[in-house]
Amino acid sequence: MISEGLPRSRVAGLGSTGPVAWARHLTVGYRGRPVWTDANFEIEPGEFVAVIGPNGAGKTTLFRLLLGLLRPAGGELEVFGEAPRRGNPRIGYVPQTHLVDRDTNVEAVQLVRLAFSANRWLPNLTPGQLRSERQATSAALRSVGASEIASKSLGAMSGGELQRIFLAEALVSSPDLLLLDEPLANLDIRRATELVELVHGQVQTRNVATLLVAHDINPLIRHLDKVIYIANGHVATGLPNEVLTSERLSDLYGVPIEVLRDSRGNLVIVGDQDAHQDPAA
Amino acid sequence: MTSFQWVWWNWNIIEDLRYMFQFQFVQDLYAAGTLIAILAGVVSYLVVLRRSSFASHALGHAGFSGAAGAVLFGINPFYGLLVATLASGSGIAVLGQRASHRDVEIGTVLAFMLALGLLFLAFYNGYATEAYSILFGEIVGISPAQVVTTFEWGIPTLVVLLVCYRQLMFASLDEEVADAKGMHTALLGFVFMATLAVAISVAVTVIGVLLIFALTVTPAAIAVRLAKRPWHAILISVGVALLAVWAGSFIAFYESPAPTSFFIVLIVFAIYLVVRALPSLARLRSWVAPASSRRSAAAPTAGAATPAPATPSDSDRA
Repeated sequence: MISEGLPRSRVAGLGSTGPVAWARHLTVGYRGRPVWTDANFEIEPGEFVAVIGPNGAGKTTLFRLLLGLLRPAGGELEVFGEAPRRGNPRIGYVPQTHLVDRDTNVEAVQLVRLAFSANRWLPNLTPGQLRSERQATSAALRSVGASEIASKSLGAMSGGELQRIFLAEALVSSPDLLLLDEPLANLDIRRATELVELVHGQVQTRNVATLLVAHDINPLIRHLDKVIYIANGHVATGLPNEVLTSERLSDLYGVPIEVLRDSRGNLVIVGDQDAHQDPAA
Repeated sequence: MTSFQWVWWNWNIIEDLRYMFQFQFVQDLYAAGTLIAILAGVVSYLVVLRRSSFASHALGHAGFSGAAGAVLFGINPFYGLLVATLASGSGIAVLGQRASHRDVEIGTVLAFMLALGLLFLAFYNGYATEAYSILFGEIVGISPAQVVTTFEWGIPTLVVLLVCYRQLMFASLDEEVADAKGMHTALLGFVFMATLAVAISVAVTVIGVLLIFALTVTPAAIAVRLAKRPWHAILISVGVALLAVWAGSFIAFYESPAPTSFFIVLIVFAIYLVVRALPSLARLRSWVAPASSRRSAAAPTAGAATPAPATPSDSDRA
């Protein structure tokens, strides 16, 4: 379990052995209204973590904290052994909403290329810059199996194809922490399972710690190392088998919840309707 | 039909051009027009990518009140235009990239801006001609001073666009990730609006505020239908704008009753229609080839008798 006192990264030094992210009594809120309180978690390199919870529970808020776009209201949070900062190049991020739509007639590979060294001004001036950009882009596209569709227009892509391109966009800068916000939304079960397999493959080959926000844990459950369950203003963290139990979830929501398991290991979470409301209401 | 004479069919074009370019005002028009077309072509690509066409329209209208106010107070209308477009561009930038969906707010403000411009002109004695040239562009040509102003503002703006190109592109395609990557998306929004404001302010001299859409939106709207690579699209966009300004000015030189801006808009519009019609034409060809009437082609027996060439849209629901 989590050790008390100093962050482990400080104890172990700032080497690669420290946790990717570390939170202690972390509290977050907008304008003094808490979204959730007292979160404790530790994410190790190469861990695949699901962030589960009802709408409006504050799952994206957790990402905004890790990205340094939002300051904690209380407690401690460290990313790679330091306070979160915006623009950390070691984090890859796929947000839930995108500006790309049917009218975006831009070749997919261009988005991935722009994401590699996005912070640079001026177009590519030297052959070296162009070469490294091309190499990183084609490697990222290949690793998500999108080489064939890379020259397609973003506006002509299916939901599953777009998610693979966004994944390549996040992976092109070789991050050590990957944050995926609802990548499975709008995908049917087959495509969702395919994407989870793909992400899991990347977690293993790249040893990139990955947090994936989802509504439904079932497409993910076989691959997870850890679950962060956010509901009712509270955050529960641990192994899937520890967190996803009737006792823990009843405790979290404050109403009786039952976790049922089918013959294949799929979970059904049944509870009072009221429990799935905005905890801040 | 009317007094149109398509003189170039009868005369030697080279000879015509040599004659035309003897005049200083023609040289001025082409010098300024070329830079304006390049700038408008580049900026219009970002306008289309960022879905800011309505904002572009609004900036033109705001520019009208600025120019009219400047005329009233005896200032160079260009600076009135620039101040008004920059101010309203900044206002729209504050609303964020999704400002393109704020059409009610922007529309309300721009109606007020137009009314303000009308008021300024009502107080001004030279009313008709000044209003006409701001609304529809200069008819007779532009002054050497305007050429200088166009270059003074146009060249630095192109440099800014070149420097910010990558970041503007990325922020236009994926603002949230750009934000997380530590890019200054709000600043980039301002930069974009400022370049648009300058592009509009210089373009108004040839095309006027009411027709600004034809140079700051339509060239790129044509280009994105033809190319999915940004640099290709930008080149096509600039090409369309250049063709329209050059050919429009050429035709207008011989057809003095019709203003330059009319021909510029006409050319851009004609290209747009053709490009819009291209997919339909391709579809029409596949319809016409197997059967003379749509109904017989759709009937299963007719379809079996004369197999239609499979188009992508047909094949996925076989």
